This record gives sequence, C-alpha cells and structure tokens, in this order.
Amino acid sequence: MTIAETQPNPARTKAGEPVVNDFSITIATKNGSGSQTANATLLRALFKMGIPVSGKNLFPSNIQGLPTWYTIRASKEGFIARRQRAEVLVAMNKATVLDDVQKLESGGVCVYSDSLGYTPNRDDITFYKIPAGKLADASGLAGKLRGYAENMAYVGVLIYLLGIDLEEVKAALTWQFKGKAKAIEPNIKTINAAIDWAKETLTKNDSFKVERMNNTGGLIMIDGNTAAALGAIYGGVSFVAWYPITPATSLADALNFYLPSLRTDPENKTPTYSVVQAEDELAALGMVLGAGWAGARSMTSTSGPGISLMSEFAGYGYFAEIPAVIWDIQRMGPSTGLPTRVSQGDVLPTYFLGHGDTKNVILLPGSVKECFEFGWRAFDLAERLQTPVFILSDLDIGMNQWMSEPFDYPEGEMDRGKVLTKEDLERLGGKWARYRDVDGDGIGWRTLPGTDHPMAAYFTRGTGHTEMATYSERPEDWEKNMERLGRKFETARKLAPAPVEDRVEGAEIGLIGYGSTDPAIIEARSRLAAKGVKTSYLRLRALPLSESVESFIRAHDRVYVVELNTDAQVAQLVRLDAPELAGRVFPLNHNDGLPLTARWIVEALEKMEA
Amino acid sequence: MTTVNAPKSNTKVNKLGLEKAVYKGLESTLCNGCGHDSISARIIDACFDLGIRSEFIAKFSGIGCSSKSPAYFLSRSHGFNSLHGRMPSVATGAMVANRELTGIGVSGDGDTGSIGFGQFKHAIRRNAPMVYIIENNGVYGLTKGQFSATSDVGQELKHAGINELPPIDLCLEAIVADCGFVARSFAGDPKQVTTLLKAALSFKGTAVLDIISPCVTFNDKDESTKSYSWGKAHNEHVIDATFVPYFEEIIVDYAPGEAKEVELHDGSKIVLKKLDRAHDATDRMAAIKLLEEAKHKQQFITGLIYINQSRADLREQEHLPETPLVHLPAAKLRPSKDSLVKLMEGMK
Repeated sequence: MTIAETQPNPARTKAGEPVVNDFSITIATKNGSGSQTANATLLRALFKMGIPVSGKNLFPSNIQGLPTWYTIRASKEGFIARRQRAEVLVAMNKATVLDDVQKLESGGVCVYSDSLGYTPNRDDITFYKIPAGKLADASGLAGKLRGYAENMAYVGVLIYLLGIDLEEVKAALTWQFKGKAKAIEPNIKTINAAIDWAKETLTKNDSFKVERMNNTGGLIMIDGNTAAALGAIYGGVSFVAWYPITPATSLADALNFYLPSLRTDPENKTPTYSVVQAEDELAALGMVLGAGWAGARSMTSTSGPGISLMSEFAGYGYFAEIPAVIWDIQRMGPSTGLPTRVSQGDVLPTYFLGHGDTKNVILLPGSVKECFEFGWRAFDLAERLQTPVFILSDLDIGMNQWMSEPFDYPEGEMDRGKVLTKEDLERLGGKWARYRDVDGDGIGWRTLPGTDHPMAAYFTRGTGHTEMATYSERPEDWEKNMERLGRKFETARKLAPAPVEDRVEGAEIGLIGYGSTDPAIIEARSRLAAKGVKTSYLRLRALPLSESVESFIRAHDRVYVVELNTDAQVAQLVRLDAPELAGRVFPLNHNDGLPLTARWIVEALEKMEA
Repeated sequence: MTTVNAPKSNTKVNKLGLEKAVYKGLESTLCNGCGHDSISARIIDACFDLGIRSEFIAKFSGIGCSSKSPAYFLSRSHGFNSLHGRMPSVATGAMVANRELTGIGVSGDGDTGSIGFGQFKHAIRRNAPMVYIIENNGVYGLTKGQFSATSDVGQELKHAGINELPPIDLCLEAIVADCGFVARSFAGDPKQVTTLLKAALSFKGTAVLDIISPCVTFNDKDESTKSYSWGKAHNEHVIDATFVPYFEEIIVDYAPGEAKEVELHDGSKIVLKKLDRAHDATDRMAAIKLLEEAKHKQQFITGLIYINQSRADLREQEHLPETPLVHLPAAKLRPSKDSLVKLMEGMK
C-alpha cells in the first residue's frame, strides 16, 4: 500500500458524515463562454468566508470553443496546491463530460447542464441535472450575454448545494464588476433564480459543504503577474519594453493598468515612466539595455520563446555589464510547445543564456508575495551588479489567483549601484576605468551618457576590451576580464536572495524545490510526516546557488530536487556545483503541463525510496 | 590607417570656444580611403560647426565596418556598439531614458537593409529621436565581400558572383515608414554631407541619411589589378587572408541640378543626381516618384529628398517629464507606503 493511498480521502467518508471545507471543485466549460467571472466570483466568495482557497485556470491555447477547466480547492488546513482529482464537478461542456465524470473521485458530486444530453454513467457519484439555459432567462439578457449568464446558474446551484454565503457572492460580484450595477444586476437575478429552483427541485444527497472559517483574515488575493508589475512599480521602474506573449502578457497589462495611477507626478501631471510595445523580443531587450545603459530602471517581460530571441542581447548585456530586469513567465516546451500550460523548463537555458561564457543571475519567486518583492529587489541587484537579472516565474504563479499576506513596502533606500557623477570625476581628476575592479567585488564603476565631464565617456562594446573599455584582442586582457566577471558572479552569489530552509532534526531525506511547486511540497511533507517520514526542505530563491545548498546536501543522506521539467534542470545544476556530493542528489521531476500535486510528490518519492 | 580628424594646425574655435580636435575620435582601423572615414570626418565637422556639447551626444552602431566608426569621432561622447541590425532599439531605449541626449546612429547597408530591416522601419515608425546614418557600400565588407540588400542588379563580386536581386532603396523604405527627414548623399561630397548632417542633427525625430560610401576593398573584380586575388598573387609577404590596397579618397563637387558621373575604385561608375531647387521636399508622393524614377535610370538622387516635421517624436508620444527619466529622484520613482496599503486593502 502506498503512502498516498493510506491518506484518509474525504470523498470516501461514510454517507451522511459531512465533508467541510476540504475538497476540490472542477468547472468544465468551453473557452470563450464567459465562465471566468462566475469562477472568480465563487473563488472570492469562499475566500471571503474565511476558507483557504486557490483557483487555477487550466485553459487551452484558443480564443473560443476548446475545453477549459477551472479548479477551486478549498482547504481548511490551508493547502493550496492543485489536487489530482476533484470531488465536485460542474459539467458545462458536452465535448468533455464523459471524461470529466470519469476523473471524479469516487463518492463525488456532478452538477451538469441539461443541454449536454448526458446520461449519468457512474453509480458512485451524486448527480444533479440543472436547466442552465432556462435559468439564464431570469437575467433578462439576450444573445451572447445570455449565454454568459448561464454560468451564474451553476453558481446559484452551488450556493444552495454547498451552503456558500449569498452575501459574500454578491460582494464578490460587486468586486468583480467594480461596483457597476448594470453589470451586476442580471447576474444576481440568475443566481437568485437558480437558488430558488434548486431549493424547490433538488434534494441534497451528498456530504460536501462549506462553513465560515476565520483563516483568510487580512489576506489578499492576487495573481503573480499583477504582483510582479506592482513590485516593479514600487521598485521605481522607469522604462518598459515588451512584446505580447502568453503567459507574460498580463504582466505588461498590469503595468499599463497601475502605472498611470501610481506613477504620475502629482506636481506636473506627467508620467515618471515610459512603456513601449516593441516589434519583437529582440527589440524589447535592445530598448531595455539602451535605457539601462543610460541609467533608467529598465525591464521587460516575456516567456520561453522570447527568452530565446533575447539570447544575443542577454549575452551582450552580461559581457558589456548593463543592468536590466527580465521576467520570464515560463510555459511548456520549446517554440509554441503548450503555451497555456505550466513548466519550469527555462532554468538552465536562461542560466547560461548568451554565447561564449555566460552565467546569469536568476531570481526564483515561490509565491505572489515574492513576485512583488523580487519585482523591486531585482532593480537593486541589476544596478548593483551591472548585469541583466532574470526572474523566472511561471504560468501557475503568474496567471492564477493566490491568497497572500499583504505585500511589504520595499525596505531601505534604492540601490542605484556604482555610478560616477560629474563631481566624482572632478574629484578623481578624470582618472577612472570602466572595467577596473577597484573594490575587489568584480564590479567596476560606470558613468552615464550625458555626464557633463570631458573624461566621462567610454565606449560600450561586445568586443574584447581593456579596463578602459578600449578594443583589445590581447589574450591577457580577455582572461583578466573573464576572471573579474567570475569574481562578480561570486558577489552575486552573496547578494542574491538566500534559500529558505526548514531542516528537520533526524531527517535523512532532504527536498530541494523552487517556484510554483512550493505549495505541493509543503503539503507532501505534511502527508509524509503523518506517516513518520521526516523530510527537510530547502527552497531555492536564486541562482547562482547559495553556499548553503552544499551544507544542506551534506546534512542529508538523500536529497531530491522537485521540479517541473523533463531534464531535471536544477538537479543537474546542483550536481554540477557540488560534484563530490552528486551521488546524494536525485531528480524528482515531473512535466505534464499541470501544476504539481502533493500526491505526485509523495508517490514519486516513495518509488525512489523503495 | 588614416586619421579622420582635422589637421592639427587648425586652431579655429567654435562658439563653445572648443577646437575641432576636441571632437575627434581614435584613429580609424578601416581601410585606407574608406568612405566611412570621410563620413566620420563630416560628423566631426558638423558637430564642431554647430557647437554641440559632445558630452550630450550618444553614439550608437550595429555590427559591420560602418559600426566600428563611432570610435573614430566624438571621443567625449558615450558610445554603444551594439548587435548586428539592432542599433535602432538600443538607441530608442536610451533616447527615451534621457531626453537631454542627442543620438547619432551609424549603421551599414547589411545592418539596416537585412538583419535590422525590421528595427529600421519600426524606429522610424515610432519617430525615435536620432540621426540614423547608413554608410551604404552595397557589400558586406567585414565578412569579406557578400552582396547586401542594397547591391545593384548585375553587380559582380569575386566570391558572390553576379547579383540578380533588386536592391532595397532605404530612402524609399524610410519615406514609406513615414520618416520625417530623408536624405541621400555621397561620402566623397564633403560639403553636401556636412550640410545634411547639420540639418539632421537639428531635426526632431528620426532623420535618415543614406550615404553612398564606396568599399575600397571588396567591391572589386578578379581581372582588375586592384582586386583582392591580384594583390595576393603579387605579394608574397601576405600571409593573412586579407590584403588591402591603398586608394585615394574620392572627392566630388558639383552643383545642384547637375548630374555627375563618378568613377569608383573598381572602375565602375555611379551617377549622382543632385536635387535641384524645383523639388518640393515636403511632397511625399513627389519624393517617392523621384526615387522610383531614379532607380530605373540607375541614378542616385542626392540631397534632402523628403521632410515632414509635423509628426510627434517618441518623446512627445510618451509624454515624458521635463526631467530626464534617468534623473528622477527616488521620491518620484517609488510610490508612497500609503498607496500600497490602500491597494492591498482593495485586494482583500
């Protein structure tokens, strides 16, 4: 018997014993059917009831017509990772209903629309057929909008079946529509009609319900891309160039949404920023490097294919030592791959992005809160280190809704790095060298164009150069420069955010993870602990790897690197960094386009341990 | 090597009280007689004459022979020798970041007409504030003699053979992309190049200056005594693959309205037709027609072909503050703590 199988499954509890605040809901609809509002409303209503929740949109690369699923997990214990199977299904898509029902947990519930022509085919599931189309009549809407209102029919039925607080649903709708009564009213009408119909028609035969808790007080709900954009805004971003790409587009959208209100100078009503939509990702990073070189806090956001296109400029930025911040919201696969599915497949390519010898600084946010924090901190690091800093988020963190503690205001002063001003140059008698390591940290001093001193200028180039930035093909100049870049990388190792560690006394097993797998790892550890399997956990927050990684590995017999990619990319990197400890490091990687589940981790670990 | 700056005996000073020597750069490493060096010298002339503070100029280039040249003028200006064809994007970012800077971009025909064609068109479309100089020699020099997108039909190169593809007319492309300043000149016409450069430096927005700049080394023929293979066969000391013959710079001087036949280093000829004063440079359709007709006659029209100063430049489109973005203090860049608290409240 596996560890996972011995876990009490809430769905398999005896009939009549209620399952409260501990189940997953899957809502199966069609892309473009307008279900997003209904699903987000349900999620927010549960959140407002004080129940820990997470909401994940599993959607196809399509504008209209293909199947899409939204999963809501309610967890009284506060686990917010995806669950492999749901207990409650709302089936609104004829094309997938058979498969959707098949994937339900035994003992689960299926609410389905009468328009599907579906006949229940499992006897271990409780079925509720609803006249979604007819209920939408109550909205008073016509045409396409009436179709959208059908989604509110299942909201109403779920309110009745699960005991969701109607007032919180109304509050959530008001929040969704920013208080616009004209938009809210038809939805409320449909919801009320559905509740009334359900009360009269349905008899509740299942055990799933929600109850008010007090576990989300003071928390916010936000997606990672919005958090990242806000982080950048509070980090003083002043130049953005970007090119549309899923799943990074919503980051630029959020910048465009929040910048005007947060960053218009109240004195003269002018923006303190500029956002340019570039013609492609090459131009986007070119503009960002141009602005970073000129002294602006400058960033772009993209995904894997964009990262590839930025490769030459990234290598240039590393070698010519220009600050830039580059967000990569990772998606699945090379080229188009699965553009709306999650993966952590860009870690190694980005780490070595460029040609010749490059090793890039990478930040790895594990939550929306860290998206905000790294959003501003990345500028400090980029300007301090004079190098492009990459932030590897992913589709799961970036586009899904997450509960979070409110974000902390950036601490301390902005670090604008080593910049010589006109006054500095006067003091130095004009004697300085752009690429000279005067402080022993591998970082030279730079001047900005427009510095009013005859000795301020230097020539920025991708070619081999001396300390004075002059062209050189001398072997010793090349080697000296690369040695200094190596020293700078060691400085980066110290300045980058340190891993978060939880070492457990007596644990033989260590887990290393990063990014969006954090919730699944937390839950898996709890399940393992319940079975007496102790694990320590180190969550990476940056590359280069911290020195503490090595000591973590030494402290454990077996260390598993949990990640969402096929090539076990960080496991490889850990082995590369600590070759003498490579024998203790094992990959625990998975890559199917879906957010990781605790169940997969537990089962995979057990298999490895066997 | 040739030095592109003015002779030392010139002690004349400009309105800033600076000697021309202040505007010079490093010694050129381009081939002797290269038209690109003439252009560098004209940039020095124009900036000296205009009395521009070179500390407030930023120089940009891509990759290629042309793109090496920013090192050879204005040593007091910051320079950014970027990637092949990507000069426009780098300049765009820098020009937005610091509105006090004047941008001079130097690019080649390979840079602009091929690998960076998209960036060329889009920088113009945005009206990024910069002088965009194309040092156009119709050949890839630094990779030793391939056809470029501006090579003529029927042009013959040693390794590349005969070019059968029609050339891209970069001035025509600039006008089509709504460029507000489009001019063409010839590197060996110092008076015209300097005049056009001064006008371009005064223009707000993207000013495109396509300068025909003969390649002395690779635009040659096998049978010619000036050819690469001839030189190699007759010089036993050459161990490197590159043999560079010495040529005198070509200088022309001709009046507006005149057509002038110019013999290039390899013996081929180009006809320069200097625009006469009857041409209305503000008439876009007339400019397009002029260039199309000249193409069929295998003439190069030189002079200011098109001007339109009505479009807002990128800085205006972006409503940039008076203070350059790079000089905004932290207090202007980081919103207040209260604003974050309020935002967080709204997300609960």
